[in-house]
Amino acid sequence: MASQETNTANPSAGEQAVEMVTTNMDLLRFATAGSVDDGKSTLIGRLLLDSKSIFEDQLEAVEATSQSRGYDYTDLALLTDGLRSEREQGITIDVAYRYFATPNRKFIIADTPGHVQYTRNMVTGASTADLGLVLVDARQGLTEQSRRHAVILSLLRVPHLVLAVNKMDLVDYSQEVYEKIHAEFTQFATKLAIPDLEVIPISALKGDNVVTRSESMPWYSGPTLMHHLEHVHVASDRDLVDVRFPVQYVVRPKSDEHHDYRGYGGQVAGGVLKPGDEVVVLPSGMTSKIQAIDLFDTDLDEAYPPMSVTVRLEDDVDVSRGDMIARVKNAPKPSQDIDAMVCWMTNEPLRPRQKLAIKHTTRSARALVKDIQYRLDVNTLHRDQETKELGLNEIGRVQLRTTVPLLCDAYSKNRTTGSFILIDEATGVTVGAGMINSGN
Amino acid sequence: MTETHADYRLSQLDQLEAESIHIFREVAAEFEKPVLMFSGGKDSIVMLRLAEKAFYPAKIPFPIMQVETGLDFPEVMETRERWVSRLGVRLVVASIDDAIKNGIVVDDGKTSRNRLQIGTLLNAIEENGFTAAFGGGRRDEEKARAKERVYSHRDEFGQWDPKNQRPELWSLFNGRLHAGEHMRIFPISNWTELDVWAYIAREGIEIPSIYFAHQRRVFERDGMLMTETPLNPCREGEVAEERTVRFRTCGDISLTGCVESTASTVEEVIEEIAVARVTERGATRGDDKFSEAAMEDRKKEGYF
Repeated sequence: MASQETNTANPSAGEQAVEMVTTNMDLLRFATAGSVDDGKSTLIGRLLLDSKSIFEDQLEAVEATSQSRGYDYTDLALLTDGLRSEREQGITIDVAYRYFATPNRKFIIADTPGHVQYTRNMVTGASTADLGLVLVDARQGLTEQSRRHAVILSLLRVPHLVLAVNKMDLVDYSQEVYEKIHAEFTQFATKLAIPDLEVIPISALKGDNVVTRSESMPWYSGPTLMHHLEHVHVASDRDLVDVRFPVQYVVRPKSDEHHDYRGYGGQVAGGVLKPGDEVVVLPSGMTSKIQAIDLFDTDLDEAYPPMSVTVRLEDDVDVSRGDMIARVKNAPKPSQDIDAMVCWMTNEPLRPRQKLAIKHTTRSARALVKDIQYRLDVNTLHRDQETKELGLNEIGRVQLRTTVPLLCDAYSKNRTTGSFILIDEATGVTVGAGMINSGN
Repeated sequence: MTETHADYRLSQLDQLEAESIHIFREVAAEFEKPVLMFSGGKDSIVMLRLAEKAFYPAKIPFPIMQVETGLDFPEVMETRERWVSRLGVRLVVASIDDAIKNGIVVDDGKTSRNRLQIGTLLNAIEENGFTAAFGGGRRDEEKARAKERVYSHRDEFGQWDPKNQRPELWSLFNGRLHAGEHMRIFPISNWTELDVWAYIAREGIEIPSIYFAHQRRVFERDGMLMTETPLNPCREGEVAEERTVRFRTCGDISLTGCVESTASTVEEVIEEIAVARVTERGATRGDDKFSEAAMEDRKKEGYF
């Protein structure tokens, strides 16, 4: 838990803990990836164990299960496999979210399975991640799987990537092995959009360079994995320039006390909003000024991502859910023709002429698949223009025509206004995830 | 929150709050008939606070619903009454006693009240036509919960199918339903026990007094300290005695254990849980001890 360091003898320790958790601590979301036997569960177990985030009753339960199965070790993977069928089969089926904290940062791990449904699950876990953690087995070196994971993380614009070269204990902590994998991956990464890469040699099983520095690898001078996770700078990854405020909910109390109150609830997707700012409401194009920004009973001087606030405008313009508030000279272009990379997530393939429901920011519409331009081979980055459909777990470039204009940006500019999901109208299931190349 | 942050950094608690408010608004905007499931515990009270913030200065635009077990702590019911009247929300009560009387669930004397909640709850959701039910579940509570989505789809039998969940991407939630189905919504999925307590401290939120140290007649059962009341008397071999205790969770009296503690303020509670070595459920929940997958099994049946 968060305040392991808190001195219990100190009467104000609780107050310090409150202070720390409420004001000083920030948040890092990361997604883990890697193939089946590269020690991902062991690593997560190790991070949780060494940050003292595993409780005695949880550990006892895992020890008892390990014992009853006749293992001669405590299987930390049992901590993370939460479902009956997962424990029965000894595999991870679905993304799970786990939590741990150190004194100044809370971590949310999207633990994505390396199994069959990899792409869909990776995309799910990576969509909200600040950092992607790809594990490779030092004995195997880079595999197709590790390249594929890096490609997906780069497509999803996860700004930070860590390549953890695991099982260094099994290659005699060899610097050459590490250097070779490092060089090979750096070479491969030049083709991708990975702004920040860290390559760390570890042994999840033995604990080398996970939380404590390894004495077996004196040649490595970089950070331990935990140190890197604690210090990687994520605050600047948001777009603080282009104001984007998708209107989510119109707040109208209609009470005697707040008779004329009309506020627009939403979560800031980009830029900094301040009272007095001139704004435009899209798609109507009406302009007004921000009168006030409310968070509960507090008037705010400004609002920025990812704050959920209520914005009031000076003029009584018509604004409803699905509209977007932006700066007059810096607004997204409403567009019904969308060009995007789509990850397809269901068995029945995506084909041209198909009609689907689409949800983009707070706006829902219908979309027609006009063309599937190419299918991307996530192993080789080859663009296959022959195949005119996308199967389960495949990613391709797709042209859509929507029934109403979407107020979109390129995904590379803004992960919120640049993303959408596709829904099968008959089953109601989410079948696709889209990242907009451009709206025009 | 009023001061300017030079680096536009939001603390993790502010980020969690923003995410939860977003979820509340999304549900209120897209679902026809939402309801907030309220147990009276700290998590559901934090949920009420977040809902209050999401729609302020308007009232919370949906009712709250409690499944009364008939074995509820009086302190919890008193706190509920104060919150309901302060917020002016409509309270829907689904009572297990009534459900037994009306033949909706069967009390065979062996099934716990916790389990009888399932049928009572599902019936109340159906009778009232609720299409979305907010719950205060957190993923850090239990390993089956760690797998659950923020929008958790339930079929017309109220069942959860963990193998067939909808992928959940970015903060784009898919609320599509067929007739008879409903969605369970977990706005505080990403909060931990410590986050909840820190939020209670920061916001000065009133929670039931049983969360703080008090004198109570308790006895040991299955390694837990249980409350002695006429509804939950000592069995043979069990001896009740007065101890200084507090509760970490809030369920029905017959299944919720307490821990010995002298923590009488929120700060002291936080200090205590910051160094606790046992989870809240492990320490005090009898209902999760039936099997390794007790929670998962109940959730599949429709538990929240």
